[in-house]
Amino acid sequence: MSSTRKFEVLRTVVAILIALLISFGVIFLVSDDPLNAISWLLTGPLKSQRNFFNVVESMIPLIFTGTGVCIMFSANQINLASEGAFHIGGLVSAVVALKLALPAGISPVVAILLSACAGALFTAIPAILKIKTSADELVSSLMINYLALYFSTFIMKYFLQDPAVGSASYPIPEASTLPTLIARTRVHPGIFVALAVAVLGYVFLYKTKIGYQLRLTGENQQFAEYSGISIVKVILISQLLGGFIAGMGGGIELLSPIYDRFSWTSLLGYGWDAIIICTLAKKNPLYTPLSAFFLAYLRTGASIMARYSDVSLEIVQIIQGVVILFIVAQQFLSRYKHKMIAREAKAALKEEEEEVG
Amino acid sequence: MLQTIFSADFFAAILRATTPILFATLAAAVAAKCGIINMALEGMMLFSALFGVIFSSMTQSWLAGLLITMVLGGLIGLILAFFVLNLKTDEILAAIAINLVATGGTVLLMLAYSGDRGTSTSIQSVPAPALHIPFLQDIPVLGDLLSGHNLLVYLALIAVVVIHLFLYKTPLGLRIRAVGETKNAAESVGISSRRVQYIALTISGVLVSMGGFFMSGGYMSMFTKDMAAGRGYIALAASSMGGNTPIGGFLVSVLFGIAQAVANVMQLTTIPTEMIQMLPYLTTLVGLGIYSYSRMKKRQRLAGK
Repeated sequence: MSSTRKFEVLRTVVAILIALLISFGVIFLVSDDPLNAISWLLTGPLKSQRNFFNVVESMIPLIFTGTGVCIMFSANQINLASEGAFHIGGLVSAVVALKLALPAGISPVVAILLSACAGALFTAIPAILKIKTSADELVSSLMINYLALYFSTFIMKYFLQDPAVGSASYPIPEASTLPTLIARTRVHPGIFVALAVAVLGYVFLYKTKIGYQLRLTGENQQFAEYSGISIVKVILISQLLGGFIAGMGGGIELLSPIYDRFSWTSLLGYGWDAIIICTLAKKNPLYTPLSAFFLAYLRTGASIMARYSDVSLEIVQIIQGVVILFIVAQQFLSRYKHKMIAREAKAALKEEEEEVG
Repeated sequence: MLQTIFSADFFAAILRATTPILFATLAAAVAAKCGIINMALEGMMLFSALFGVIFSSMTQSWLAGLLITMVLGGLIGLILAFFVLNLKTDEILAAIAINLVATGGTVLLMLAYSGDRGTSTSIQSVPAPALHIPFLQDIPVLGDLLSGHNLLVYLALIAVVVIHLFLYKTPLGLRIRAVGETKNAAESVGISSRRVQYIALTISGVLVSMGGFFMSGGYMSMFTKDMAAGRGYIALAASSMGGNTPIGGFLVSVLFGIAQAVANVMQLTTIPTEMIQMLPYLTTLVGLGIYSYSRMKKRQRLAGK
């Protein structure tokens, strides 16, 4: 492991520790029995098999949007539309499941593929706006996420709504739902698709020509342009692919045993979570399952803590925020990094001298 | 419906919807002028909305509450500046982090302060008062239109002029613009870009905190969870659409305020609510596209000559 890589790991660990310490501080402030709360937060997910599989099931959407965002951000396109793509993906799979009534086996596959395509089209909107009008993709993607939310609610209310329950669709027919893998948990085959997507995302970004072009554009757009790379093509492919994966995640999530109807009347936040995942994974899709595990563990721990103590769930957002701040702070621990590099260089020099001598 | 639209109430509704966006848009413009995209506006506004409720109830004075909120808003601006400028954190990711902390932190703080969950029902806050302008309020039509709005509505309008003068007529404003345009050139004539950016982000924080205070002490009279509801992001779009100038940002904010007010009136009609709720965001998106396109064409034309 090179010293830079070692340093990155060290910094991530320190950032997580600082974030946990801050959150312990907050817990001590707000709780009457802080130690009990902290113990549930840290060990809750391990206390029962069901809790642990809760972690696994909540990893799935995080891996999808995380991988999608890794691809989009690698091209240095700060497109935040994966949030909306995930939402639209869920809507499309609900529509397919409820309206097409395809035979079992075929229905989920069609639903998931169509939701992925819808996601791709959706994230392409800010990309096309950027190419055609040079409108900033960050700003336009923030706006269209709200459009996705209200559009989905509109479709649900006027075409899918089950009058018996109010603001939710009719139940998803059994022919379209994904089965549970392990009895009495909600873990579904989506986990395998998610892991495959993470690996394929890595292969695409780091082992193919277009992936290389994409990363080069992200590092230095002008240089990429001078070396003959079509920036328009790179932007479009990265955004289409990112949205495809996020939309697929939304489609799978809706058909999973976690939901039995389309009931998403507010944005779920997986697009924002994806940015945390992408930051933790250093834009490498291969590490998204690990980052997703961390985040899912934290969330599950916090929701168990909220159930068995007087600390509320929202503490997780503080932990996440602080982790991001310290991981992306380039100057944080930089003095230590310099020392580490200097030490390594000296050691290398010494070795060389010895060889010569 | 037309009768509703051409009334003093409707005009007041536009002003009410415009004010928080306007404060945030000015905040975005000041930050953008020094070269920083301040996406943390969303979180700053949320924090300020809660601070406004807490501190006005603690001091039982809206003025003290507002002042403390402004100081704390400036402080969050400083924290953002510290991370972006000293620790070299990516400004977008730092903003996302602040927004996350705000979403969770406000809920926890409110819970710790009053035991309220979601809505600050048990906090006795003091909202900013309505301002009745002497003489003007007695003039028939004009009085109804221009007098009797919340104090912060007037402050927002005054802030447009003040920030315009500040950016274009003062030495510090010139420095901020110089740093935003070409940092190296500014440094070469002895301007400390870091100091200037620190000041700009602090001002940005103070401005948006006034918008946050208005949200919970004017627009509504309590704090509710996630009450900023994307206004910080809209402000970013509005500022960018207005060319990052105070006057341009003001015009776009008003456009947004109109879209919002029309949406509120249209809820009485049979048009689906969701379609109406999309209106402000759609307006912003289309406007942004048109503005960026015209600017791109202009740049190309200038480059061609």
